[in-house]
Amino acid sequence: MIVEIRTAPFDPWQELSRRTPDAGGRCGATAVFVGTMRDFNEGVSVREMFLEHYPGMTEKHLETIAAEAVARWELLDALIVHRVGQIRPDETIVLVAAWAAHRAEAFAAARYLIEELKSRAPFWKKESLPQGERWVEKNTPVG
Amino acid sequence: MAIVVKFFASLRERMGCSETTLDAQQVKTVAEVWQRVADGEPLPANLLMAVNMEYAEADSEVRDGDEVAFFPPVTGGAHDR
Repeated sequence: MIVEIRTAPFDPWQELSRRTPDAGGRCGATAVFVGTMRDFNEGVSVREMFLEHYPGMTEKHLETIAAEAVARWELLDALIVHRVGQIRPDETIVLVAAWAAHRAEAFAAARYLIEELKSRAPFWKKESLPQGERWVEKNTPVG
Repeated sequence: MAIVVKFFASLRERMGCSETTLDAQQVKTVAEVWQRVADGEPLPANLLMAVNMEYAEADSEVRDGDEVAFFPPVTGGAHDR
């Protein structure tokens, strides 16, 4: 189980190939979600975003969420990598991955990781818009 | 010892600081900590609270040496609204 906060841009695909567990032939499914910074939100263009976290509490809650997913779906491993600081469009904000024997568990666990992260881990976004800055204080519903 | 109080994001900006300390004898609950640091302003309904990095409620108890935090709703993950 790996949980990391990053202050610099990272390549999610390099990260994944580096982190793939050696499961000795037992891994049949890898589910991955990559969240990327867009250049628009709610109809306005966003030039840059500042992502704040609560050092200590954020890591603690990400570790709890990953441990819950590993236990619930009997994962071979789980990964969460999350950016903080100043982020530009096209940069990766978050990477989650779940490795399991079968796809149902891998998909369910990856979805759990990202949805729980959004609702429980202390992160806050401040967008830089042409008109100034604004804090984002609600998440998108899953729909 | 004392109670360390932290603020994050828009609340940090509004309070004008990221951290302050209180004498632990003055407060027994998270709500009382808020009253002290916010000069009697009512606790905003959507504000989140934590004690020692675990989510807490307004009536959660605080003790000497605790770290109490107040912050707006969290918005991690992808920027996918």
